[in-house]
Amino acid sequence: MFAAFDNFPALLIWLPLAGGLISFFIQSEKGARAAAIIFSLLTMGVMMTSLFFTTMEYNAYSQVSYVWLPGLGSSFGLILDGLTRVLCLLTALVFPMVFLLVPGNRYPNANRFYGLMLLAQCGLMGVFMATDALVFYLFWELALIPVYFLASIWGGEKRIRATFKFFIYTFVGSLFLLIGILYMYLKTSNASFSLVAFYNVKLSNIEQYWMFLLFFIAFAIKMPIFPLHTWQPEAYEQAPTPVTMVLSAVMVKMGLFGLLRWLLPLFPVAVKEFNTGIIVMIVIGMLYASLVAINQDNIKRLIAYSSIAHIGLMAAGAFTLKHAALNGAVLQMFSHGINIMALWIVADLVEKQTGVTSISKLGGIARKAPVLTIFLVIAAFANIALPLTNAFVGEFMIFNGLYQFRPWIAALAGLSIIFSAVYTLNMIKNVFYGEAGDAVEGFADINKTQAMVLTVITGLILFFGVYPDPFFKMMYETVGLIVNRYVTI
Amino acid sequence: MNAIILSALWGVLMMYTGFATKNTRIVSAVAVLGVLAVFVVNWMEYLGISFFDIDTRSMLVYNGFGLIFNAVVLFSTLLYFLLSGSDIEKSGRTPSDLYALLFFILSGISIIAGFKSLLMLFIGIEIISIPLYVLAGSDKSNLKSNEAALKYFLMGSFSTGIMLMGIAFLYGDAGTFYLEGINAGLGALSPMKAIGMVLLLASMSFKVSAAPFHFWTPDVYDGSPTVFTSFMATIVKAAGFFAFLKLFETAFGKFQSDWQVLMAVVATLTLLVGNITAVFQQSVKRMLSYSSIAQAGFMVLGVFALNIFAKQGMILYFAAYGIATIGIFGVLTKFDDHSIDAFNGFAKKHPLVAFSMLICILSLAGIPLTAGFFAKYYMLLAVIKDGNFLWLAIVAILSAAISVYYYFRVIQAMYFKEATVEQHVAFAPAFRITLLIAAVLLLVLGIHPDLLTGLL
Repeated sequence: MFAAFDNFPALLIWLPLAGGLISFFIQSEKGARAAAIIFSLLTMGVMMTSLFFTTMEYNAYSQVSYVWLPGLGSSFGLILDGLTRVLCLLTALVFPMVFLLVPGNRYPNANRFYGLMLLAQCGLMGVFMATDALVFYLFWELALIPVYFLASIWGGEKRIRATFKFFIYTFVGSLFLLIGILYMYLKTSNASFSLVAFYNVKLSNIEQYWMFLLFFIAFAIKMPIFPLHTWQPEAYEQAPTPVTMVLSAVMVKMGLFGLLRWLLPLFPVAVKEFNTGIIVMIVIGMLYASLVAINQDNIKRLIAYSSIAHIGLMAAGAFTLKHAALNGAVLQMFSHGINIMALWIVADLVEKQTGVTSISKLGGIARKAPVLTIFLVIAAFANIALPLTNAFVGEFMIFNGLYQFRPWIAALAGLSIIFSAVYTLNMIKNVFYGEAGDAVEGFADINKTQAMVLTVITGLILFFGVYPDPFFKMMYETVGLIVNRYVTI
Repeated sequence: MNAIILSALWGVLMMYTGFATKNTRIVSAVAVLGVLAVFVVNWMEYLGISFFDIDTRSMLVYNGFGLIFNAVVLFSTLLYFLLSGSDIEKSGRTPSDLYALLFFILSGISIIAGFKSLLMLFIGIEIISIPLYVLAGSDKSNLKSNEAALKYFLMGSFSTGIMLMGIAFLYGDAGTFYLEGINAGLGALSPMKAIGMVLLLASMSFKVSAAPFHFWTPDVYDGSPTVFTSFMATIVKAAGFFAFLKLFETAFGKFQSDWQVLMAVVATLTLLVGNITAVFQQSVKRMLSYSSIAQAGFMVLGVFALNIFAKQGMILYFAAYGIATIGIFGVLTKFDDHSIDAFNGFAKKHPLVAFSMLICILSLAGIPLTAGFFAKYYMLLAVIKDGNFLWLAIVAILSAAISVYYYFRVIQAMYFKEATVEQHVAFAPAFRITLLIAAVLLLVLGIHPDLLTGLL
């Protein structure tokens, strides 16, 4: 292979970082926005190109490792394998869309806004690609800090409190993760932080239980899994919409990704021991979140709770350790990221134009904005996971795995699908149809940029709803490796 | 050895500059030059160039660890002089005297950097403490400053008494003042040695303000002029910890399993008391006093573990904590109002100073990519390495999480809130640049900690 092949992972880190730093120093609002869009599109271009170089041969992963802190046993290692590619693709797609959707002059000090956003993208890419635990941890935090500042500076009225709660929650979680990583590091035979060295560590059962707990808390807070979810609705509600999009579309996937890359392969004994209990807990959380969503009048909170239910399903699928469910969960991570973008676009439009977030005060938008309604209905169907939408494929496979695992759990979890139909359709009915209230007087339909982004999203929803095969080809091998770790025990 | 003699001489020189000139800026410049010179000769000793050949009967022996510690402390002092020099000039009628006292303290610290005998430990600690009592009360017209000085003096001499008692017990048991001599010999910990050790533990805990011997700290730090609080909380504390670590490593290393539980209790108490009390403070100065107790808790972890990670972590901790705290205090001294609300909207008016301060605060909180993260990282690694004390690491991270709460209140005030009262603070260009350099240094150490830890 030629040299550029190995440089893809590095480019995916450096491009957003460089873009972020450049945007910081462009004083004009337009210039900063342009720089952010250009760099995020460049990143997307690199990501797309890298797919063509790697799908031909599954075992050929782009991998790089730079010397960094040799004394500590850490090197700056990055990999683009099947699992990583799905998530990096999602990250690379979401950011340009978010930037395009931000209307000019909405945020004062736009250069800082775009700079911090791109730094967050750099952090996310790093989390997904790191093959070294210390690097993983650093990027894990690096992704958090820009988002904390973004949400606290440009967020809603109660932003300081809400985002601080979010920060403290995740920070505590990541400190537990740090203890776990340090313990594993001291157990490696060659004093190394590399993923491979971690895979070879032999732990006693008790040690595995402890380590499982330390890692799991960090990932569970990030996802979030009931009962550690309380930061999420507030943070989603108070953060500015572009940040909420990044949070819900990509950042929560960090937790799920952590499960797949670190937790499941590292502590098989502990996972086998705890998975039934954890899946039951997750399913309870899903049903709880769905019920709260049904009773929710605030449109943003409704989407937030619906997201908890969906993420829960993916986590449950991952813990079944069934091949189909794991593949489904990864696919669903991508699909959910795309679909929820569409929902936030709608919520943002409604809030900005009417100043109301309460579902009961809205109604009849369909007559004012027919184009928006068409897009929303498709996105809503995807949220319910109707066939022909991308979410159907993933959720179907997860249910397949859950059924193989324990039929009664699959049945219980299936209730959440029904609930999701209830609250999603209810929302559409009350917001878009029915009597037009005073609030929606003068509601304008979407502009060209929004239409373009929504077209892309809808295209992705329908295309991968019919033909998800490229994804499975991409990740089959990597997911297989995770499942194989359980064959021997 | 170079550093002891030069800093003592320079202290005398500082006194004479007071006679020679009334221009305080020249006095400050001479002081900066002096600390730079001491730093250089100390570094030369590290490279093997020693100017003095004095037979100390092995009571003072300098190794790499001690000299690097001294270099970090001297560098912090340089930064402190550059950032707070103008405030030293303003406090007291004769700044040259105050500078002289600071140089005498540096001389005491240089003794601590190389002590091999309990006598030298005692002399070093006393040379550090006595000028500090004067500095704490240097704001003569202020009652709070007088109170702080008296409190510090009474409590300090009490702890010195305890230390002497401990040394007496150890001498009675081992028949020598040499640290190695105390560690030598066969058999378990004798009762007399145990009593001496616990007394020394108490007095050293007092000096580094570790709980339950921390009660003097908030009052003294709060009452003293802010410039000298900064010095006490960073450079003097680092010296205390270096002495603590070296004493327990060299004199009681063999009995580590005997005192480790005691040290774990001290660490836990210090971490919890410091962090939980800091949460309730409304004044940044008082919050920093408690935060210095909390940070001391992390450093006690280094004394607790005593392995290679602990030593590397200690040096990094001195640098990270010292630079960040001196930076924040440097900004704070420019404020008349020390409440957290005084910082509201600070980032809008002084973006560069606010950014540097942000890095300092993030470093104190231990956020990755700052030096503070790796300082805490090494301490945790040192604790976990021992294996049996995972709970201590968990206590440490929980208290680190609490610390985020109060550190971030300052960040929230600076960046997310609007100014309510107009604050009149001005920063000289040199101050802003020095502070920025300090912040950049924290970031550099946060990405490459081995620049410092690799020296060991």
